[in-house]
Amino acid sequence: MILTPVIPRTTGERVRWGVLDAWVVTRRHFTHLIRRPVQIISGLLFPIVSVLLFGYVFGSAMQVPGGGDYREFLMPGMFGQTMVFGIGVTMAAMITDKERGITTRFRSMPMARSGVVVGRSLADMLSSVLDLVVLILCGVLVGWQWHRGFGPLLGALGLLLLLRFAVIWVGIYIGLVLPNTESAAGVYGLLFPVTMIANTFVAPQMMPGWLGAIADWNPLSATVGAARELFGNPGLGGDSWAANNPVLLAVIWPVVLVAIFLPLSVRKYRMLGR
Amino acid sequence: MNHAVLAEGLRKSYKDKNALDGFDLVVAEGTVCGLLGPNGAGKTTAVRVLTTLLTFDAGRAEVAGFDVVKQAAEVRYRIGLNSQEAAIDEILTGRDNLVMFGRLFHLSAKVARRRADELLEQFNLTDAAHKSPKQYSGGMRRRLDLAASLIMAPSVLFLDEPTTGLDPRNRNEVWNTLRTLVDGGTTLLLTTQYLDEADQLADRIAVIDSGKVIADGTPAHLKSQIGGDQIDVVLHDQQDLPKAAELVERVAKQPPEIDEDNRRISAPVSNRVVALTELVGVLASAGIDVEDIGVRRPTLDEVFLRLTGHKTEVAA
Ligand SMILES: Nc1ncnc2c1ncn2[C@@H]1O[C@H](COP(=O)(O)OP(=O)(O)O)[C@@H](O)[C@H]1O
Ligand SMILES: [Mg+2]
Repeated sequence: MILTPVIPRTTGERVRWGVLDAWVVTRRHFTHLIRRPVQIISGLLFPIVSVLLFGYVFGSAMQVPGGGDYREFLMPGMFGQTMVFGIGVTMAAMITDKERGITTRFRSMPMARSGVVVGRSLADMLSSVLDLVVLILCGVLVGWQWHRGFGPLLGALGLLLLLRFAVIWVGIYIGLVLPNTESAAGVYGLLFPVTMIANTFVAPQMMPGWLGAIADWNPLSATVGAARELFGNPGLGGDSWAANNPVLLAVIWPVVLVAIFLPLSVRKYRMLGR
Repeated sequence: MNHAVLAEGLRKSYKDKNALDGFDLVVAEGTVCGLLGPNGAGKTTAVRVLTTLLTFDAGRAEVAGFDVVKQAAEVRYRIGLNSQEAAIDEILTGRDNLVMFGRLFHLSAKVARRRADELLEQFNLTDAAHKSPKQYSGGMRRRLDLAASLIMAPSVLFLDEPTTGLDPRNRNEVWNTLRTLVDGGTTLLLTTQYLDEADQLADRIAVIDSGKVIADGTPAHLKSQIGGDQIDVVLHDQQDLPKAAELVERVAKQPPEIDEDNRRISAPVSNRVVALTELVGVLASAGIDVEDIGVRRPTLDEVFLRLTGHKTEVAA
């Protein structure tokens, strides 16, 4: 079989191939998920166990500022934490491809330079939607509810996915920069403080002043606060500007992160190994 | 005459280290070039530059008639690359791997599938098509990796240490596959630390050391270039070694290599018949008990030692 190369010459053709390349990479990650369902289950086990642990074990001792049910307060925090923990999947996938030499093969091929990273982010976004759906079901089972109708519900989910989108690009960049799997361990270690020093499980007002301030300005807090507002869940407010404008910040933070890490990632991918 | 690969004065440095230091190479179409050198010589760097993966500081390179910098996309459609590690997806099946890479070469889904089946057949992997490469043997993985590089029937195939880490059986299997490719007219540039590999497969060998090619030619030409034949003497008694080595040195006019364990002395000689006759004479009159004596063409290990002044990592 003789195969003649089809070289895209015009911008239109290049865009078309760029989209197709990204889609092929996305489909690859879905095939991975289908062939390894254990990965999906273990990925969801952590948030589910956390809901039970925080909701029922610690929850009895937790107080929500302004009153209200702790599990109603907790669920938006769980959604947010799951979005941030997703960085582990993104990073690990980037590093594995690099270690296996698959990234090198991709780079030696005529595919679009953006294909690998865009494909990766698309796949992770789609699997995050799945994560969210399962968590929502889980939340409903433990008595969590949204109180302000479908519009705000979708708004809150949109903001959560926007955070996930930003985290993906941070993860892609770190995955491209780190040399191997071992060096990623340190990043995983950082995930706990990042998701705990926030309004996820405990209201920042209840933390020591300086810690509370950090927690208030944590991008995760903005998204979680915005979700609480849009779901109509308790635990809102605080002394700081950040705590009182969560929806605005929940848009600004991810946009800033994407604006920094998306171009950095594409650049790093182009320059790999230089 | 078209060159499949042309490199002129390539330089690439990392901080204080010159990975390529005036690297020149010409590979004619349809031939096999063995880039032979020890660990750290610059083989991988050269391959990465030629496959458009790495920028360089000076010089120029063309592959399949296209400039690797200015026409990188054209080059990428016409090359295949096999790195040291088998670059295949462990979770997809063997066939899905080939289909995916075919799609990324912008083949239609139908053509990509047809090409995948064709390659699986060619590389004797049809039975394993729907298995994960995790279940493959080392040789099968290499074959799948090769198949992935050959989707577009590239004009030049780069192989970076294709058999490193394989046992002799799998190595032979890969060599046989490569020979079939060569018969089909593909130009191969393969790097290796194994001298016998270059000797087995290559039409021309370029010896690389410290980022430059220090010798280049057919295996036979290379052997003659570094001077005549090699004389071997195996002694009966180990204690005769110093005395015999002295005699060999006098005949060969240079210090010999001594292998104590095998009681063997080897040295290069310019005239095989004269040297052999003379050495038999002096050893006999010195009363040294000789188990075996003979002249032969030098091995590539010896070629490398004489060219660079140091041994290869894997010298047998
Ligand atoms: N990314 C890099 N950073 C720094 N030094 C490098 C890098 N890649 C290769 N080198 C150095 O360049 C030299 C040539 O390396 P390489 O081309 O990998 O050799 P080979 O493939 O022949 O073993 C080595 O000394 C190596 O340490
Ligand atoms: Mg190497």
